[in-house]
Amino acid sequence: MAELDTSSGGGHKKGPGVKKAKKLSTRVDLTPMVDLGFLLITFFIFTTTMSQPTAMRLFLPKDADKPEDQNKAKESGAFTILLGKDNHVFYYEGILNTANASANFKSANFGSGDDGIRNAILRKKANTNEKDLVIVIKPGDECTYKNVVDILDEMSVNVIKRYALVDISDVENKLVKLSEASAPAN
Amino acid sequence: MARPKIPRKSTNIDMTAMCDVAFLLLSFFILTTKFKPAEAITVTTPNSVAAKAAPDKDIVLVTLDKNGKVFLSLDDEQKKEYIANTLNTTKNLGLNVAAFKKAAFIGGSFSQLKSFLEIPEESRKGDALPGIPTDSTKGSNEMIEWMRLVNDAYQGKKMNLLLKGDNLAKYPAFKSVIDAFKKNDFLKFQMVTNPESVPIGSELWKNNQKGEKRDD
Repeated sequence: MAELDTSSGGGHKKGPGVKKAKKLSTRVDLTPMVDLGFLLITFFIFTTTMSQPTAMRLFLPKDADKPEDQNKAKESGAFTILLGKDNHVFYYEGILNTANASANFKSANFGSGDDGIRNAILRKKANTNEKDLVIVIKPGDECTYKNVVDILDEMSVNVIKRYALVDISDVENKLVKLSEASAPAN
Repeated sequence: MARPKIPRKSTNIDMTAMCDVAFLLLSFFILTTKFKPAEAITVTTPNSVAAKAAPDKDIVLVTLDKNGKVFLSLDDEQKKEYIANTLNTTKNLGLNVAAFKKAAFIGGSFSQLKSFLEIPEESRKGDALPGIPTDSTKGSNEMIEWMRLVNDAYQGKKMNLLLKGDNLAKYPAFKSVIDAFKKNDFLKFQMVTNPESVPIGSELWKNNQKGEKRDD
């Protein structure tokens, strides 16, 4: 198919003085073309499956107006994550010590390093009874949608069964604003 | 003794057939790829490890762009017709029902809705539109009303409530959307994200290795 008949170059008389014309092969090596073809196929297959968006499910708790209807969390099992502006993350365990905030109010980041929020969650998970562990996520006014999704994603990555998205309180908001100034941006 | 001559066979394989197949497949894949339609509202969604594909039927999509503007879109024309008629009777907006049915998304307050529908479809761009007002500090959260209309239109029939937010959208805008969901007892919704691989060594990764089913 890819070869052309080159044998029909006759007709010339091969006299003694006539130089023999060099016969060039017209066969083309198609191997690189096949390679390229399959490379493009793999590329297209990968890009089509990758662009399929996924959906992350979130179940919201029903609003409880009366304080006695609200779910209670044990102090030992509570772990609160606060989200600030410019990807700042802060967390504390149990109840926030408002008098001496530095006692349990800590700063973290979205990385997976030792000071990342993932390790903080894992540490808490390791030394808490699984039934008691409740993670409270309090996004501040300045944090982005990405931060919220990232932290919810952290819950599924670390297989946290109970977590809640709660409004930030004024005290916490002030503390976050104060700490943002001193904490390194990331 | 004369040995029989073994005919020397050429090791050259004719690649033409293979080349044909490769390019046939290539053209097939190129032609079957659905191109992403140019979106009127540009949204860059965040990544998540969620593995479930986003539904594409019976969707009620709330879009949150990077400036915190909220847009609503439904894919069922019958429901849209119902909503337009309800709005016309209850609020006397005088909407063009056919235009409402065709509109890909809604991006304005109730009072601006009539003029919004008069803008030609091509020039409705998310950046130029005000979006549905949600900030309850500057008036009413109209999303609550919209979600009630959606609730009435679907009347408990199956629908997928999707939220597609931009990375840079601020939390208060997200919160007012969630509030609107909660007020209408839509306690289950899905957030559109881009897939991301599960970090190696994490708990979820270990569970996946064990073959445990995920409930995300």
